[in-house]
Amino acid sequence: MDTVKYLKQMTVIMAVSFIGEFLNRVLPLPVPGSVYGLVLMFLLLVTGLIRSEQVEDAGGFLVKIMPVLFIGPSVSLITVMGGLADRLVPILAVCILSTMAVMAVTGLTAQAVLKRRAGRERSGLRDEPEEREGAAGREEGGKREE
Amino acid sequence: MNEILQGNMYFGFFLALGTYWIGLKVQKKFPYTLCNPLLISTVLCIIVLLVFRIDYEVFDAGASHISYFLTPCTVCLAIPMYKQVRILKKNLAAILLSIVSGCLAAALSIWGLCALFGLDGSIYHSLQPKSVTTAIAIGVSEELGGSSALTIMAVVVTGMFGGIMARVLCRLFHIKDPIAVGLACGNSAHAMGTSKALEFGELEGAMSSLAVVVAGIVTVVLAPLFSGMIL
Repeated sequence: MDTVKYLKQMTVIMAVSFIGEFLNRVLPLPVPGSVYGLVLMFLLLVTGLIRSEQVEDAGGFLVKIMPVLFIGPSVSLITVMGGLADRLVPILAVCILSTMAVMAVTGLTAQAVLKRRAGRERSGLRDEPEEREGAAGREEGGKREE
Repeated sequence: MNEILQGNMYFGFFLALGTYWIGLKVQKKFPYTLCNPLLISTVLCIIVLLVFRIDYEVFDAGASHISYFLTPCTVCLAIPMYKQVRILKKNLAAILLSIVSGCLAAALSIWGLCALFGLDGSIYHSLQPKSVTTAIAIGVSEELGGSSALTIMAVVVTGMFGGIMARVLCRLFHIKDPIAVGLACGNSAHAMGTSKALEFGELEGAMSSLAVVVAGIVTVVLAPLFSGMIL
């Protein structure tokens, strides 16, 4: 029964969200409840206390519609525009340039670390070669999509 | 117009969902990066509010209810992450190194650019946490003495720019490895980068959602250290 399945999955997701927000309230750290919840859900899945089939249908739907949640905050731009009109261009420039910097530094650092390890593996230290093959296969898949 | 709609929270719901639906239709017909459903929806909502002289508060009365799903949605990001747990473990060094260096790049570039453009302290503090997810960003900004409205704007602009330009920027910087692409998207453009990364593939999405979490925690630690830097 689909109804029961979705109801169960939503219950699990809401329970984890509830515990996350609860931890945010009782622990004195500046960590949002959603992040506690994410970590908790991850731990529940890793330890096998929850199987991914028990949350993935409702969870997949929530992940897919996530951009809808940002419409409200995005539209709030019209409330702050007026007061910042004269400094809008530099503010936008900071946002855009630093986003490019973060993307470049993060991506290239990751790629450099991954390449170094791939090089080491090729030169004889093949401990777990099958996982790297999986990643290479995905790379090809990504190219075909484009 | 305000009086008729006051207290009717379904107006915000209807407008947000309806414009997003239009955005999805447009994206399906014209699959270009600029035809981002969120961007289309935001522009259409703003046009409707301006043309009919409706206050943002009237719209937000409904639209803010949608945001209550932010916690459950963020919680569910653990699912794609879990499915890639083997690859996560295998690439732990790449993940941690790239995210910490990315967060340092964010802190330094925002500091340098704010000094260059002569932006004052409160704007600097509002922009500092802009690369992380809204919920964490607002907390950090308030902690540092920034304005949360400006922080939300910076987070949204960053997320939209990063999300829309992800494909182009990754090509420009020669970031090809799916793991590196996912980390770059999540670390620079938080949840919006993640929703883009999920379009590239499940591995990219998982890496991106992991990057959002780790970057959030790293920024919570780093931002107060950089906030004292003189402009």
